[in-house]
Amino acid sequence: MTASGKISSGSRKKNLWLTTMVLPGAIWLLLIRYLPIFGITIAFKNYRAYKPNTFWNNILRSEWVGLKNFEFLKSPDTLVMIRNTLCYNLVWIILGLIISVAFAIMMSELRKRFLAKTYQTMMFFPYFLSWVVASYFVLAFLDPTSGLIPALQKQAGLKPTSFYQDTTWWPLILTLCNVWKNTGYSAVLYLAAITGIDASQYEAAAVDGATKWQQIWHVTLPNIRTMIIILLIMNVGKIFNADFGLFYNVPQNSGMLYPVTQVVDTYVYRAYANTHNLGMSTAAGFLQSLVGFFCIIGTNAIVRKIDSDSSLF
Amino acid sequence: MILAVFSLCCIVPFLFVVIISFSSEESIRQIGYSFIPIELSTEAYSYVLKLGDVLWRSYFNSFLITIVGTLLSVAMIVLYSYPLFRKDYKYRGFFNFLSFFTMIFGGGLVPTYVICKSVLGLSDNYAALIVPMLFSPFNVIIMRTFFQTTVPNELIEAATIDGSGEYCTLVRIVLPIVKPGIATISLLTALGYWNEWFLSLLYINKNTDIIPLQYLLMRMQRNADFLAKNSSRLGADAAVAAQQLPSQSLKMALVVFIVIPIACAYPFFQRYVVAGLTIGSVKG
Repeated sequence: MTASGKISSGSRKKNLWLTTMVLPGAIWLLLIRYLPIFGITIAFKNYRAYKPNTFWNNILRSEWVGLKNFEFLKSPDTLVMIRNTLCYNLVWIILGLIISVAFAIMMSELRKRFLAKTYQTMMFFPYFLSWVVASYFVLAFLDPTSGLIPALQKQAGLKPTSFYQDTTWWPLILTLCNVWKNTGYSAVLYLAAITGIDASQYEAAAVDGATKWQQIWHVTLPNIRTMIIILLIMNVGKIFNADFGLFYNVPQNSGMLYPVTQVVDTYVYRAYANTHNLGMSTAAGFLQSLVGFFCIIGTNAIVRKIDSDSSLF
Repeated sequence: MILAVFSLCCIVPFLFVVIISFSSEESIRQIGYSFIPIELSTEAYSYVLKLGDVLWRSYFNSFLITIVGTLLSVAMIVLYSYPLFRKDYKYRGFFNFLSFFTMIFGGGLVPTYVICKSVLGLSDNYAALIVPMLFSPFNVIIMRTFFQTTVPNELIEAATIDGSGEYCTLVRIVLPIVKPGIATISLLTALGYWNEWFLSLLYINKNTDIIPLQYLLMRMQRNADFLAKNSSRLGADAAVAAQQLPSQSLKMALVVFIVIPIACAYPFFQRYVVAGLTIGSVKG
């Protein structure tokens, strides 16, 4: 056997072994992630049960109906849920950015390391809880019979607010919940970036007589600018996705609150769970995936222009 | 100052729930939930312990799902990301894309649900609560980055020249170096499984013996008489038992039960999770 033959057989063996490592994951991906992509066909068919009643047989034999499953787009509910998804996401992206950057800067300015560590630990805590648990926290404050706020209203002689039937306060409540749960996480990310800034930059600024504010403005912010822009753009790429748990559990799935709590994700789920309309709910989910896909591709192109190292692909 | 207030706000809801769970039912009836209850009591907890079956079963389910899920998932992620880190692996680009593409496009909720349920048989069994979350492209990116930043290529070349097999190199030489990385993704995965309720909502219809604690809690919110139904297990006459049941504080006591494992483990794993998320967010 020649030397080159030995090498190529060795490398073939190596590739084979390495492939056996990726195999379990690859099979999972094909079954759980790629197979459903073919299931999108349901969106263009009138899916019914045939004999034998297996999924593939039903898909093959159901007749094509073109875009009939997309007619839900004309209903006023659709407009509401799209408006909710976009508005909440936009407001939360901006609000989340301002609050978490501000907190990260404040924490980095704290002299006592121990104090900063404690604040970080406390702030990060909600990130580790599920929305089911969080919904009980909210219930403790808003429960119509014994929640803290209605109880205080009663004591003050006021008529207690029925929070789970009244849409007025929910945009605020959901925003508070979102800030409560996610600020710690993003503040920690920004804090990591700020701690990485070279201390000599601050020393130089201090020598030049820069005040604390000037240091923040001219040293801290420019240093984390790229990170801010990238996280911002990535969030914009996910603007058609909502946090299902927040919008489903926290308002207790209350029907009266749908006008302010219905978002694309809950709409798709409810469309299927309540009416079992496979075609229409698949169509809605497909549109969401499609729009999300182009948003990510678009925002990634922008990120690549700003800083090619940070782009996803 | 603002920091202190906000940090407090982050944990106050939990403290509030703890206080409610220790409030007596009489106090709740009179002044509602309050930070300063009229009377403290541990009756909710004594009832929680008596709930027996239902509670311990779902507690057990939660632990089982978390432990089995995390072990399988971490093994799968490590095995998948290691070849992706090897520059000399021929199909690196292909498998990288295979995993990455699912982050930006998918079939959506309903086709995934239908396929898992009717084609793969994930319905009313433990597998339905574990398999759909086994793999995560996000964790693959984290793990791959850990490999790239901590394992020098020369080390692997040296091992190969010494005639070490691929699996042998991975287990004996590479894994000990990336222990922090494994800790990170293990914790993220375990957290994900512990907090999981959506899979139960989708895939569990009849077999309520296997539901995890999170979903038990969620169902309790939906049907108020759940506790009354189960109170018959307390031995007493069901109707009487239901009346005596400290239902309000009991619910909150269950919330405390579910948060405690996280609260206990949290200070220890916070560091790893921060490390993981920082990596994941910068590249992913």
